[in-house]
Amino acid sequence: METKTKISGAKALIESLIHEGVETIFGYPGGAIMPTFDALYDYDKKINHILTRHEQGATHAAQGYARVSGKVGVCLVTSGPAATNAITGIADAMLDSTPMVVITGQVGAALLGTDAFQEIDVVGISQPITKWAYQIRKADDIAWAVARAFYIARSGRPGPVVLDIAKSAQVQEVEFNYKPCNFIRSYIPIPEINPTQISDAAKLINGAKKPFALVGQGVVLANAEAELKAFLEKADIPAAWTLLGASAMPTEFRLNKGFLGMHGNVAPNMKTNECDVLIAIGMRFDDRVTGDLATYAKQAKIIHLDIDIAEINKNVMVDVAVIGTAKETLPAITAQLNTSKHTEWIDTFKEFETEEYDKVIKREVFPETGELTMGEVIHKISEATQNKAIVVTDVGQNQMMAARYSNYSQTRSLVTSGGLGTMGFGIPAAMGAKMGAPERTVLMYSGDGGFQMTIQELGTIMQEQIGIKMIILNNHFLGMVRQWQEMFFEERYSFTKMKNPDFVAIAKAYNIDGKEISERSDLDKTIADMLKDDKPYLLVVNVEMKGMVYPMIPAGGSVTNIILGE
Amino acid sequence: MENKLYTITVFSENTVGLLNQITIIFTRRAINIETLSVSPSAIKGIHKFTITIFATEDVVEKVVKQIDKRVDILKAYYNTDDDLIYQEIALYKIATDKLLQQESIEGLIRKYHIRILEMNESFVVLQKAGHYEETQQMFEELSDSIGVLQFIRSGRVAITRSKVERLTDMLNARKKHETEQLK
Repeated sequence: METKTKISGAKALIESLIHEGVETIFGYPGGAIMPTFDALYDYDKKINHILTRHEQGATHAAQGYARVSGKVGVCLVTSGPAATNAITGIADAMLDSTPMVVITGQVGAALLGTDAFQEIDVVGISQPITKWAYQIRKADDIAWAVARAFYIARSGRPGPVVLDIAKSAQVQEVEFNYKPCNFIRSYIPIPEINPTQISDAAKLINGAKKPFALVGQGVVLANAEAELKAFLEKADIPAAWTLLGASAMPTEFRLNKGFLGMHGNVAPNMKTNECDVLIAIGMRFDDRVTGDLATYAKQAKIIHLDIDIAEINKNVMVDVAVIGTAKETLPAITAQLNTSKHTEWIDTFKEFETEEYDKVIKREVFPETGELTMGEVIHKISEATQNKAIVVTDVGQNQMMAARYSNYSQTRSLVTSGGLGTMGFGIPAAMGAKMGAPERTVLMYSGDGGFQMTIQELGTIMQEQIGIKMIILNNHFLGMVRQWQEMFFEERYSFTKMKNPDFVAIAKAYNIDGKEISERSDLDKTIADMLKDDKPYLLVVNVEMKGMVYPMIPAGGSVTNIILGE
Repeated sequence: MENKLYTITVFSENTVGLLNQITIIFTRRAINIETLSVSPSAIKGIHKFTITIFATEDVVEKVVKQIDKRVDILKAYYNTDDDLIYQEIALYKIATDKLLQQESIEGLIRKYHIRILEMNESFVVLQKAGHYEETQQMFEELSDSIGVLQFIRSGRVAITRSKVERLTDMLNARKKHETEQLK
């Protein structure tokens, strides 16, 4: 009989990660995870560990990595404050369905529950914001738990998993035997297609005169971009995208009618309340998309394609639910669709597109005089990258402007904190995105506020020479909050004005090249300079202080109640 | 939609922390759990939670989906009282001398189908099984007449009237799926 040599739990953990194909880990060492970091020391050829400057940074980096690559992002941090620092990124990944495994150290099993140094109840804290959270108390559990964690994180509707591993389990010796997990009795990641749902959906679409599709991240997560295109083209269905569904269709695609929701395009929001059949694909009718539910698409029959049954009828009552992965449901419906043309209906979008161009876009993207605007900077940079870059954003005006005025030519090109709206997401997520797609240009748009929430990650960028192009759209305000104060709080600018440091000097201290500009005439040359190589760069653009993101549907307002500005 | 009493039945794997996973779903929506009872089910390794809440059907449906979605939950569903055979159990501790002052202890026992679990010089413990209204009525009557030293009522246990055994069907389907995957 073969006798297996025993290895430490820490080594078993690393070996398990390698079995799951992990090549990159974002982490930060500390007391309760030290045995694992010690084991990791011998694996530097197989695993690239990126030392971030804060555990929140590690989680957002893992998110950025996962979002662009489709792989599971991995974090390795210690117990107590490290785990609580990781919570924001875990919650963000939960709301944005990002596959991630966060491994937290924990005090030794004998100390559990005693308020030991750096002990917190990680599983208890993270249960509401994870797909699964599990505490490993003995080394025997490690291989099983890691296999299960990765299966849960990546399968079905993806999401974050927390593994909380006691220090004692890391030092215990164990016979290592790894078996990947592909079945959990109580968990059905991809529900089987129901043929009745498919034919009901196809019938409704075949009968539609004014069909309209809403495209969410579910299409991207299912790698169903081609299936989406075939579906839309066959029945000639105009479509619009949610924030997380951005780049699922190229900007240039004939049936792509733009961005939905609060700061989305006028036409798709207006047409939501004009279409006769609304087809929601892998999106969850977030309140930033729907506005007031009482007036939302009341005239339309609604079809909802989603992998998650709990999303059906959660916010919007639907006529036909199609449960399953878009990879299977879309082609199944397409097969039953009649080839048709809706030219007249599609032409009706133009009127609103023209109106938006005249009242909003012209001023924001093509100003000839006055101060620099956020929109023109984003537009120029998008052009300079041939619309091929990955756009990572922080949260606020910079985010909405980046989503609106970047053009997309390939999928997985917008990485942004949609559900949680985490300021400080930008820098670390961009680092992770660059690690996950090193061959692509990665742009990071931030405001002056969000940039300072995770500014310490400049240290990580310096150490690892992560070639991201950071752009601060600096208006010396917490711009989105200021915008709301202007519109809804009588211009009472309560604590939104910021006195900022010399950002370029800070970057310089980290040995990162940068430039600050305020003039339109400097824009093209500076952008070219920024993009000339693959090194990290910081561009600070001083933009108009009181810029506004228009169009805007006020929170809770109807999707047709769109403010276009003065 | 009006608030009604719903009974939620949850079958889960027997893992640590499951109750918390379930209760946080109610907490988020500020729903009070009226009664809760947890025990091993008829199938080894599977636990059964019976939870009652007051809610609209719309809300209970969403909550049940959120529970069912958790990885370690096998099956969750809800019923109204009409769909169920259900029971609660109540214990009443009464001072012995007060009970003996009653005109007819036999009458009381017959009326409420009481069992006597313990009796000594100082107190008597009575047990009654029934619906909430029944155990409550007895509590009120005893409180008014001779006083109740202690009173406790269990959470609800319930069995569906339906011929469909949702858990068994689910487990069979999963078994089949697992076997197919292994092939």
